[in-house]
Amino acid sequence: MRLITAVIKPHKLEDVRAAVEAFGVTGMTVTEASGYGRQKGHTEVYRGAEYDIALVPKVRVEIVVEDGDAADIVDVIVKSAQTGRIGDGKVWVTAVETVVRVRTGDRDSDAV
Amino acid sequence: MNSGDTAWVLTSAALVLLMTPGLALFYGGMVRSKSVLNMMMMSFGAIGVVGVLWTLYGYSMAFGNDVGGGLLGSPAEFFGLSSLMGTNGLDNGFASDDLVFTVPSMAFVAFQAVFAIITVALISGAIADRAKFGTWLIFTGVWATLVYFPVAHWVFAFDGAESAAGGWIANKLLVVDFAGGTAVHINAGAAGLALAIVLGKRVGWQRDPMRPHSLPLVMIGAGLLWFGWFGFNAGSALAANGQAAEVFVNTLVATCAAMLGWLVTEKLRDGRATSLGGASGVVAGLVAITPSCSAVSPLGAIALGAVAGVLCALAVGLKYRFGFDDSLDVVGVHLVGGVVGTIAVGFVGTAAATAGVDGLLYGGGVDQLWRQSVGAGAVLVYSFVLTYVIGYVLQKTVGFRLDEEDEVVGIDSAAHAESAYDLHQAFGGVRATPGADTARPAVSSDVEKKESVEA
Repeated sequence: MRLITAVIKPHKLEDVRAAVEAFGVTGMTVTEASGYGRQKGHTEVYRGAEYDIALVPKVRVEIVVEDGDAADIVDVIVKSAQTGRIGDGKVWVTAVETVVRVRTGDRDSDAV
Repeated sequence: MNSGDTAWVLTSAALVLLMTPGLALFYGGMVRSKSVLNMMMMSFGAIGVVGVLWTLYGYSMAFGNDVGGGLLGSPAEFFGLSSLMGTNGLDNGFASDDLVFTVPSMAFVAFQAVFAIITVALISGAIADRAKFGTWLIFTGVWATLVYFPVAHWVFAFDGAESAAGGWIANKLLVVDFAGGTAVHINAGAAGLALAIVLGKRVGWQRDPMRPHSLPLVMIGAGLLWFGWFGFNAGSALAANGQAAEVFVNTLVATCAAMLGWLVTEKLRDGRATSLGGASGVVAGLVAITPSCSAVSPLGAIALGAVAGVLCALAVGLKYRFGFDDSLDVVGVHLVGGVVGTIAVGFVGTAAATAGVDGLLYGGGVDQLWRQSVGAGAVLVYSFVLTYVIGYVLQKTVGFRLDEEDEVVGIDSAAHAESAYDLHQAFGGVRATPGADTARPAVSSDVEKKESVEA
């Protein structure tokens, strides 16, 4: 199994979710995240006092999939999350040793 | 007694009381989420302490018969307000114990009580996140007694109104301060400056982000302040009459102009007009029109408000230049706005308004200008010096500044054992059972210290 982690712009979450659902993925975990890459942050001003806000709000999407599906799903995510402007995010894939479904105790492929 | 006047004064008293919870929201939104409850409780605490002291001896110190030199009212004359009971509402001439102008003395007591309360609460913005709550409560009582009650006597006690002899600024210096530019705003602003210096800077000031945690709270607070301020200014007419109406309109339009002035200043200087700037401009305008609302024309109010909005927007940056942590700009908004509004009477006051004085620009010469300046300066110096001494003594005796560890963790949990927001349903903890070892102490180094001593 593979864990696909995607850090994307918050307003693209619904596009990504719909796209991977259409592909056949049946679940995901979403976390609000903060971070920066090439986008860096932005500046806010409160009563004339400037703050450099380094971290930008992002959404982290995690999906566990069968080995063979990983590459295709990454493509789906990238395509659906892309705006072409700086700050679109990153997607990466890591190997997963074991997966257990808590309700039934199903393991690995049965649990994905 | 006039029932219409009495109804308006009582209504105004309720409006002005609402300003203090409004101030709590205005200030509370501006601090970090770990200290919003303490910020709001400093205002509510001021309501409690000052309301009781006002009834005991505060009203008497401010409006009792002068004990000499226009400096102080007799604390004994109206002690506990018992001597004002039984006002029958009949117009029995000008019996000072029964009536203040055309309203029962008790209505005037109530109206002036809420002025004392908000003046003390205003100071709290200068020492956000870092004052021991118990010491703050002691401070509110001491400061009201030694600073506010005497200064209210100087400015608000007119000869023959509440007692035979009143205060020196109102009756000898003849300053025009309709609703408290000196007694309320310069007074609180100078006190805030002194306390900010005594308590020192917050941990991480100018290094850590200290962004306002909720600007919507700030906006709601500014709105409530504006609403209540109509009672503050128009209620100060102590009558439901044309003066109250003129003052009402000036209070409206000066505030509008001040908000625009602040926003334009931000746009030109920072590139963006901000919501915090809008809310701050509203308060700056309200402060500036407070002393002058009976002395200027509506056009004068617009000019005065615009100038106050611009100057206060520029003044809030001074603390960075001089290195004092006036956290929520009590100096930049209330001291500067109060001075601008008080001095402005000497420039744009017009005899056509009900206060009846011409300023420099209306051909009145410099007579009113120097009177306004002396009054403003006297209150500023008196308040700053006494507040510095009071704060210093409290710091050296019971301790005023919160322990650093508590401040870093957050004063809400350290001082009140509460958190303002429960945003994560998984992290709510479990109900502590008495005697069971699941009970945890509130996050406070005080508690930890006690435990280590016991161990």
